[in-house]
Amino acid sequence: MQSARPKPSEPTGRALLKGLAFASPFIIGFLVLYLWPILASGYYSLTDFSLFKAPKWVGLANYERMISDAKFWKSLYNTLFFTFVGVPVDIAISIAGAHILNQKLKGQPLWRALVYLPSIVPAVAAGFLWRWLLNAQYGFVNEILRWFRIPQPNWLLDASWGGISVIVLMLWTVGGTMLIYLAALKNVPQELYEAAELDGAGPLRRFWHITWPMISPVTLFQVIVLIIAFLQVFTQPFVLSKDPGLGTQTATGPGDSMLSYSIYLFQNGFTFLKMGYASAMAWVLLFVTLAITLLILWSAKKWVFYDNR
Amino acid sequence: MTTAEYQGTAVGERVPVGGRFGWLMTIYRYALVILLAGVFVFPFIVMLTTAFKVSDEIFMAPPELLPRTWTLDHFVGALTQIPFFRFLLNTVVIAGLSVLGTVLVSPLVAYSLSKLRWKGRNLLFIMVLATMMLPPQVTLIPIYMMWNKVGATGTILPLIVPAFLGTPFFIFLIRQFLLSVPDELIEAAKVDGASEFRIYWSIVLPIARPALITSAVFQFVWAWTDFLYPLIYLNDEESYTLSIGLYSFLGEHGVQWGPLMASCVLFTLPAFLIFLVFQRYFIGGIATGALK
Repeated sequence: MQSARPKPSEPTGRALLKGLAFASPFIIGFLVLYLWPILASGYYSLTDFSLFKAPKWVGLANYERMISDAKFWKSLYNTLFFTFVGVPVDIAISIAGAHILNQKLKGQPLWRALVYLPSIVPAVAAGFLWRWLLNAQYGFVNEILRWFRIPQPNWLLDASWGGISVIVLMLWTVGGTMLIYLAALKNVPQELYEAAELDGAGPLRRFWHITWPMISPVTLFQVIVLIIAFLQVFTQPFVLSKDPGLGTQTATGPGDSMLSYSIYLFQNGFTFLKMGYASAMAWVLLFVTLAITLLILWSAKKWVFYDNR
Repeated sequence: MTTAEYQGTAVGERVPVGGRFGWLMTIYRYALVILLAGVFVFPFIVMLTTAFKVSDEIFMAPPELLPRTWTLDHFVGALTQIPFFRFLLNTVVIAGLSVLGTVLVSPLVAYSLSKLRWKGRNLLFIMVLATMMLPPQVTLIPIYMMWNKVGATGTILPLIVPAFLGTPFFIFLIRQFLLSVPDELIEAAKVDGASEFRIYWSIVLPIARPALITSAVFQFVWAWTDFLYPLIYLNDEESYTLSIGLYSFLGEHGVQWGPLMASCVLFTLPAFLIFLVFQRYFIGGIATGALK
């Protein structure tokens, strides 16, 4: 990127000072909002600690307690369920929708805006809206299912559908990913399709042999971004599961089916004030995220195609 | 031929576009895209029409989309049953200050990371990237303890100060933008003897305007829609944002769907207007792949 032309020379000391001066807000931010909190969180995770009492060293006790904490496992299971069902469906819908948007159509900006619109709705408003839409008796989702004679689940009150309801709400904001795929589709060289056309390849084969490999780097990146987002999901299940009878207390849905990992972490930290335990949970989340991300990256060489022309 | 023509064709079908059945394909393409957009837009229509229904009609099985009698009662209810304008003002203040912090600070750091050459620059860039990946849950509790120690929980400081210390996503976005700006523009000003800050202020910032606007609109929408951080830090109803205000609304009054949907409409509207005005900056930000 740098031009070969010699630069007007500047003493390295002054350059360093200038660089640091311009970057100083973030350097402070990094120390105060990231580095120190990470170290503190690691320490807290090894202590028994709440707002009202000083941290007391307990070694790995918090981590050991997770093993026998059924709610911990339930929240981890739910979150992995959201992630491993939600992310593939999210990607599939995005690719299919991007194909629809990539047709020869008038009013492209309008169509793009319409699919993206749900992504800027405040999550609390979206949550309430979908509680209403998913209402078994008065909601439109079941009404539409009724038209097509499809059985209508009791979305928000049936333990086996609570998790699916969370995923449905999250899929409403799939538009951002769809637009990224739309940009990716526009980057696939047209000659490839023309050549395949001459060879008599049908649409499905053109997709599998041209489109899918050509957009696979985008898929890799989006899969990772989405997995990270799904593993941290908080607001959507928090609002969907809210029980008016419980006041401001945290609800977790029928049979705890909407208890996400982050909700349980939040409950431990700010409701039960078990801040040491919550910190330990945060570290487990970090390691789970890292492990899944590394696994995806490792698998990438088998399915991601890099165009090295 | 373009891809567009393949996408519209069902498996195994070979219909030349513009041929005898061209008009049929056109209808097919528009039917598909209207169906797609409809799935995303339909919930909004329900939100809007529910807000205009009288209470008796809201609870009707099977539900009907349009109100038989239109009413503005629920909007009046939304504005009077909860301190809506108080919540609105709080949200505007927090979102406004976050945007101010973002446009003041993130480009400074981005400039240092793209146009200044100094030892340690690459290390700092790695730090920016690393913080983008870190789950916020890890830092949540220590940062809360920190604000608690200085007595700032319950104030809006924890919600706006981070923006004044540079947001990694926006630093990254603006840096990528500045990398594409030719150095010659800056070098020329240097030869003229302009100070580094003047160069930044009067040359770099104006050039970076598109990236700044993109950052500002995303920051606004994030702050506007944020839930977790206001939930943790704001414990007094006086200081609630709309997110928290509406959330507690459901607890205090049971579920009154009419006023609730009306307040959701009012809550969503400002974000919509920002989106409509700055649409191309949103779409541009998404195309960089860093934001969504």
